[in-house]
Amino acid sequence: MAIIIRPKAEKSKDEKPVNAEDRQPKLKHSKKPPMTMTQKILAAHAGLDFVKPGQFIEANLDAALANDITGPVAIREFERMGAKRVFDNTKIMLVPDHFTPNKDIKAAEQAKELRDFAKKQGIVNYFEVGVMGIEHALLPEQGLVAAGDVVIGADSHTCTYGALGAFATGIGSTDMAAGMVTGKAWFKVPSAIRFELTGKPGKWVSGKDVILHIIGKIGVDGALYKSMEFTGSGLENLSMDDRFAMANMAIEAGAKNGIFPVDDKTRAYMRAHRSKTAEKHAHTYVADSGAEYENVFEIDLSRIKPTVSFPHLPDNTRTADKAGNVKIDQVVIGSCTNGRLEDMAVAAKILKRRRVADGVRCIIIPATQRVYLDCVQLGYAETFIKAGAVFSTPTCGPCLGGHMGILAAGERAVSTTNRNFVGRMGHTDSEVYLASPAVAAASAVMGKIVDPEKLLARKRLSPGVPFARTTDNGTSQKKQKGVQNGKSI
Amino acid sequence: MGKAYKYGENVDTDVIIPARYLNIADPKELSLHAMEDIDKDFAKTVKRGDVIVAGKNFGSGSSREHAPLVLKTVGIKAVIAPTFARIFYRNAFNIGLPILESREASEKIDAGDEIDVNFKTGRIRNKTKKETYQAEPFPEFMSSLIEKGGLVNYVKEKKL
Repeated sequence: MAIIIRPKAEKSKDEKPVNAEDRQPKLKHSKKPPMTMTQKILAAHAGLDFVKPGQFIEANLDAALANDITGPVAIREFERMGAKRVFDNTKIMLVPDHFTPNKDIKAAEQAKELRDFAKKQGIVNYFEVGVMGIEHALLPEQGLVAAGDVVIGADSHTCTYGALGAFATGIGSTDMAAGMVTGKAWFKVPSAIRFELTGKPGKWVSGKDVILHIIGKIGVDGALYKSMEFTGSGLENLSMDDRFAMANMAIEAGAKNGIFPVDDKTRAYMRAHRSKTAEKHAHTYVADSGAEYENVFEIDLSRIKPTVSFPHLPDNTRTADKAGNVKIDQVVIGSCTNGRLEDMAVAAKILKRRRVADGVRCIIIPATQRVYLDCVQLGYAETFIKAGAVFSTPTCGPCLGGHMGILAAGERAVSTTNRNFVGRMGHTDSEVYLASPAVAAASAVMGKIVDPEKLLARKRLSPGVPFARTTDNGTSQKKQKGVQNGKSI
Repeated sequence: MGKAYKYGENVDTDVIIPARYLNIADPKELSLHAMEDIDKDFAKTVKRGDVIVAGKNFGSGSSREHAPLVLKTVGIKAVIAPTFARIFYRNAFNIGLPILESREASEKIDAGDEIDVNFKTGRIRNKTKKETYQAEPFPEFMSSLIEKGGLVNYVKEKKL
């Protein structure tokens, strides 16, 4: 087992993460109790020297986010509060991403409500279809979230920005409305669980496998009301995209937030994503040595295998090699969890000169327009299309059973999304299996859930064979020489 | 006083109000689909004053405020569970849907039991079984939110 549970933190142990530095001014004569990284960010934003778990505070917000589902409700509450203007038109982020491009008339009306409000309030960071992306991939990419920020979002996966060393958490529409009016939000200061990561993950193991493994061990309420703080030497082996996927799913363990220390990778990411303001204003908070943790979990990344969450809870995990014979009808690769460039790259690597199995619909949705363009320029788009996959512009669509890939009764999907609840992707008698992009792509080719290693033992199609199911002149591939029944993998 | 609807653990917001209906803005229309994916009869049979009793981690999943809102709209007087998912918890207080944390009540109340709740004392009376259970007291801040009738009034009073 890759996980060891210790009931309490060993206080003597140095808890400073690798490559992190404390730029916070030290208070003179300070006798404040040691705090976790999350507690330090919250204290600073509440204008307090220190906070303790259970304490209620009001914190200043660096950003407040809503989408086309939660935004309209927030706008109505904003009006009920009697407000005329938002507190700061540069700190409100409005992203129509869930049911867009508009799936039906009602969705179109909700998106319009968001658009009209953005226009009326002069919201700088409103992202229309065409420049839009899935909010939790888009905001970091646009440099709108920085280390040390406090961010609320009327979307549960707002916790994604913890990957950047920010305190970010999901809230409801009324909280969003209050945030838009006052620039503040109320919080109960959370206690924390620490995840001490060591080792290097195997070839086909990504941040998604790590977080599914963790949720499988601690349960869907294993971190309820708490912070999940990820630390340890293993962090240097996790890319930013790995960390985004992990912080993203902190909510699936019930956590208030998930957070990573700021290291060279974080700083490089912020620089690369034009986070001029982000980097300038970024504060690096480091957990105090001696900070209290309710639990410490030691996780050896090298022992984690590609992991799948079986229906109907994210904590119902098994390793992909022990999935058994689970035949599938659909594969979705995308979402705020796994729609970033590395996710697309690994899917392309697996699908290159391979073909999606007969009877499987493979839907690939890059999370932002930028990732979409990168996929085009790097040749991934061609690989996907030739493999027989659908390649769509950004939307949350299928993840929440909205559009672009709804399941019928009895159908099964392997999906790189974050929830496999009853009816999440369609009919209540359908099933969703959560997995990494590597497992999802390999499963698409095999028509059943597999460990990518198993697929790679099989040969790719030779370069001379036309890969698409339908060739340029419309001839069915089945009539092509060298390809029989579309199954020559 | 009302009748108890009983559900299991981890009742998520996707079954409280499935996302396929989130293009509906009107709470009344939306509430016709409350609990649809876990209990098809709920929206048809629920009466004002009824309570929902469930297992741990009620309201897990998405941040959609539509979830507590539809329960409030159909007249649910209280949701009783050992624990609530944190976003659902704060949304419930923010919009004024009363919730109570009680492991004992969650375990002992059966579907159809007649339940009465006193929010001031946190006392839950099971008239069918002639039992009383004590809910966890709310933190002071949460009580003040309830007294003000939710976050909209709280903000109105404080800021405007």
